[in-house]
Amino acid sequence: MVPNVVLVTGVSRFVGAHLAGRLAEHPGVDRVLGVDSERPHRELFRRMGAAEFVRADIRNPLITRIISEAAVDTVVHAAGNSDEMPAARAAMKEMNVLGTMRLLAACQESPHVRKLVVKSTSAVYGASSRDPAVFDEEMAPKDLPSSGYVKDAVEVEGYVRGFGRRRPDVDITLLRFTDLVGPRIDSMLTRYFSLPVVPTVVGRDARLQLLHPEDALAVLRRATLEDHPGVFNVGADGVLMLGQAIRRAGRIPVPIPGTAVSPLAGFFRGANLASLSAEWMRFLNFGRVVDTAKLRDRFGFAPRWTTRQAFDDFVHGRELRPVIDPEMVEAAEREINRTITRLR
Amino acid sequence: MADARVIPLRPEEDGDGRPDSELGDGGHSSGDGPAGAGEEPDEGSGRGADRHEALVEAVAFVRGRLLGQYEVDEFGFDRELTERVFLPLLRTVYDNWFRVEATGLHNVPSESGALVVANHSGTLPWDALMTTVALHDHHPVGRQLRMLGADVVFGTPVIGPLARRSGQTLACNPDAERLLRGGELVGVWPEGFKGIGKPFRDRYKLQRFGRGGFVSAAMRCGVPIVPCSIVGAEEIYPKIGDIRPLARLLGLPYFPVTPFFPHLGPLGTVPLPSKWYIEFGEPIRTADFEAEAAEDPMVVFNLSDQVRETIQETIYRLLAQRGSVFFG
Repeated sequence: MVPNVVLVTGVSRFVGAHLAGRLAEHPGVDRVLGVDSERPHRELFRRMGAAEFVRADIRNPLITRIISEAAVDTVVHAAGNSDEMPAARAAMKEMNVLGTMRLLAACQESPHVRKLVVKSTSAVYGASSRDPAVFDEEMAPKDLPSSGYVKDAVEVEGYVRGFGRRRPDVDITLLRFTDLVGPRIDSMLTRYFSLPVVPTVVGRDARLQLLHPEDALAVLRRATLEDHPGVFNVGADGVLMLGQAIRRAGRIPVPIPGTAVSPLAGFFRGANLASLSAEWMRFLNFGRVVDTAKLRDRFGFAPRWTTRQAFDDFVHGRELRPVIDPEMVEAAEREINRTITRLR
Repeated sequence: MADARVIPLRPEEDGDGRPDSELGDGGHSSGDGPAGAGEEPDEGSGRGADRHEALVEAVAFVRGRLLGQYEVDEFGFDRELTERVFLPLLRTVYDNWFRVEATGLHNVPSESGALVVANHSGTLPWDALMTTVALHDHHPVGRQLRMLGADVVFGTPVIGPLARRSGQTLACNPDAERLLRGGELVGVWPEGFKGIGKPFRDRYKLQRFGRGGFVSAAMRCGVPIVPCSIVGAEEIYPKIGDIRPLARLLGLPYFPVTPFFPHLGPLGTVPLPSKWYIEFGEPIRTADFEAEAAEDPMVVFNLSDQVRETIQETIYRLLAQRGSVFFG
């Protein structure tokens, strides 16, 4: 059933702001409250459309009052964040874990809340050589990381499950998204592919499964407006290899020996170029693919963009100037073919 | 001369045995390059034209690689790279070095999923690679074997990505069942390191078959099990010793000593040119079992033993027929 009053967290970021705006357009929805501790940028603020912006920190007890006084019946927790610079790790953990705890406590207290939608990440499955090639929703990671955003995400999911036990009357939809790439997405992954020479690890290659932000928004929107309780993987069809993606972006992969990764990551971090944490590099070693059969069959959603299309859209939309120009390569190919024909 | 570098994609004698579209499908499925179309080798043209086509295709292949215009599946299998690079290299070894004779290929289904179970030997997994060539080149429809490998393989730099690119994946039930349900031909070597790393004196004695996970995977998917017996791989590196401390240091399951390795260095890694026989036996049906049978350890062990005995008996028969290790 269509919710009356929706609260969306994390509206200072792309997904939160766009989702709030689209939900507000729906005729059945009375009010959409967009919450974040900082004001969205002008462009994103415009995207919020008819949604109201409430400047509040979800770690603050104020959130309890907002939820109960506005009679919020549906909460979309889209603030989960994985791409801060590691320098801001402590603050990010605060936001991710403590923010979620506060938010859930507030939901538990309010009798109006009937539905909770949580944006999580497929990173909770980990990435290792001992994992199956494709994760479904029932699988658990082989070894849990001791820190970093993956640990946050796992803890957040734990709190969400706990909330589900205490409030069995609330429908919970937990969506595990693969990495979003798009022209206007600013994340570790998009910053990484924007580097002119892209560091990779010698002798490793990862399988990447991506997701176009349009599909992510469509899934979140439907999860909010319709009833689809459960845990769902959300990822585009198809796989790109890391080396292949770097080539498609017209970049040059520069393999670095595994032992040199940590110092180099430090350099990049220091130069504010990209944050390559240990976890991130582990992801780049093996990559991760999730099974989206449940999303298709039970949720009834098929992503419109494939991994390859999403990535190409990102490359074109960002207007990344290719270091290796495809036209040059194709011209060279034609030239060689002409030469071969002459020699024949 | 430019022609000197041309490697024909396939030997002439079996050129008509396989449809052109086979290469075309896999090779150009990316199809998003401007040169992607119109590369089908035209039939009936002379040898010079063939070479010309091959060269044009090779250039298109390099272009595709440079620009990332190719397809991989969710397991990381790169069909184009496998057919253009890996298989031609392995084919040379298959035809000229081990002179493999593959029989019973009609026992391997042409369309549906099936599980090929084979004996493992030879210190390095040449047996697995040769089985792949046998099924790709000599099966009536040319099937691609998707092998299941140990986690060590995927954790090792360079080897791990190569294994995925060539269609292998981790030996675990979710991956096996996913491939089998998708109609793929899956290869397993249930003896694992016990088999491939056994000393030379134990040659052709099948080792224990693990927990029979492969049997339950086949039963759950209702696909037949094809026993595969490989003779000749035991003699390629006669393993007469094992330096355990070194193996532990390097994180390897064993560190082999053969008459030529490690003291002859890289030369010692050249396999001895034994003559090989690969026989695919009659498929064992699993579709007739009840749904719960896959969870019944008794049924699983019985079936596992049946497969093991079939392979062992076939090996003894092939050995009895074999005159010489190197000349067959």
